Amino acid sequence: MPTKPKIGFYWCASCGGCEESVVDLAEDVLMVTAAVDIIFWPCAMDFKKADIEAMPDKSIVATLLNGAIRSSEQEEMAHLLRRKSQVLIAFGSCAHTGGIPGLANQFTCEQIMKYVYEECPTMVNDQKTHPQTHFKDGNRETELPVIRNVVRALDQVVDVDYYIPGCPPTPKLLKEAVLALLSGKLPPKGSVLAPNIAVCQQCKRNDSKPQDISLTEFKRPHQIIADPDICLLAQGLPCLGPATRGGCDAVCIQGNMPCTGCFGPVDNVHDHGAKILSYLASTAAGKEEKDITKTLAGIPDPVGTFYRYGLAKCLLRGKVSQS
Amino acid sequence: MSEPTNTFEPRIVAFFCNWCTYTAADLAGVSRMKYAPNIRVVRLMCSGRLDPQFVMAAFAKGADGVLIGGCHPGDCHYVEGNYKALRRVTLLKRMLADLGIEEDRFRLEWISASEGDKVKHVVNEMVEKIRALGPLDMPGKHTHWDKEMEELEAHVNHSQKEIPAHAH
Repeated sequence: MPTKPKIGFYWCASCGGCEESVVDLAEDVLMVTAAVDIIFWPCAMDFKKADIEAMPDKSIVATLLNGAIRSSEQEEMAHLLRRKSQVLIAFGSCAHTGGIPGLANQFTCEQIMKYVYEECPTMVNDQKTHPQTHFKDGNRETELPVIRNVVRALDQVVDVDYYIPGCPPTPKLLKEAVLALLSGKLPPKGSVLAPNIAVCQQCKRNDSKPQDISLTEFKRPHQIIADPDICLLAQGLPCLGPATRGGCDAVCIQGNMPCTGCFGPVDNVHDHGAKILSYLASTAAGKEEKDITKTLAGIPDPVGTFYRYGLAKCLLRGKVSQS
Repeated sequence: MSEPTNTFEPRIVAFFCNWCTYTAADLAGVSRMKYAPNIRVVRLMCSGRLDPQFVMAAFAKGADGVLIGGCHPGDCHYVEGNYKALRRVTLLKRMLADLGIEEDRFRLEWISASEGDKVKHVVNEMVEKIRALGPLDMPGKHTHWDKEMEELEAHVNHSQKEIPAHAH
């Protein structure tokens, strides 16, 4: 029996949504498993790190790794899977651009630990116990992973061949990527495996987008019931579609919710958040600083809005005062 | 990381529009006005051309401050460009503050072609404020942030050496 190409899946700092998108292949998952051997998938199958370590280098055709890199364990697994894989694919927003976990770069690790284990309203911890990386009980001793001060996208830790964007990536993109991989028809290294177009280009409401948008007020999704046929930006919702890569078929907008930017930037954009800021700020009406400031106050959290999925890849990488 | 103040010379990247502020800087030169030599001027056709990415890149690559100069409201050569700059800068100021960049490091000024003395005044003032703040040194900070990964590499190499011993 000829051996099938080996594929691995791994997760780091992520929510599990990317694994869900693999499952969402539905019956297509049979096509995938017929064509490849899944040799590593901790979320669904029982293979151990030692099994991977025992494999020859480059013996895995491709590993799809989701999740940002936050702990020393994740860093170690990223290095290990890089060594064992011919192709390493950053799968999903977190591995691609840092994702939601990347927002932790606005705080130091110390601040986060203090909040979670001491100050959080639901925390009862009179002794102020914090997690330790070293534990000793009699003659048993163990080392636990270290949490890093900075959250990183996968390519800030190891060399990455391709990126599949999305929070989570759509099953369609995953299927296309696997087919491209099996047929050997892959684009140049470093490519994002999604079309290089803005979300608007795939959005059914694009025709209703006015040539010039001039807003006196930004609204938040819970404040209005949006007309399902008209461009959300024209209705005052800060939809990030114009500055975000498409390939998602504008699913969120089909669900009457504005784009939040999970596919990251298109090619040649170096800083997604700055690009979003650029277009969104220019939609604010008024010529007086006072009026402009008032309109833009409708975006209460610029960093959280513009870098929701990409703070790790922001040119500044996070809050500067953190050391 | 911070150098002694007396040796620290702020590096300021200035984006000046071709029609007003750049011409004003030229005028300052022709008029032999002296101002701090700490700015590196990038000439844009219009302050509205300023992509916020330029500002992010300048800070990320080691600028201690970024100065934007454009035509006074109503005077834009392209009619509306400076209003676009104002909108972007207004939001960018808030975002940079959230990212921990001090307010005095980022400044927008309307300077007309005849205001050579304003170039001198604004640049000198900004240099002094940034001198007081000290270096931003993003490249140094990023290198420092990534030091924690070097520790890991040592740790990984160490644990990998241990594997054969466990396997037996």
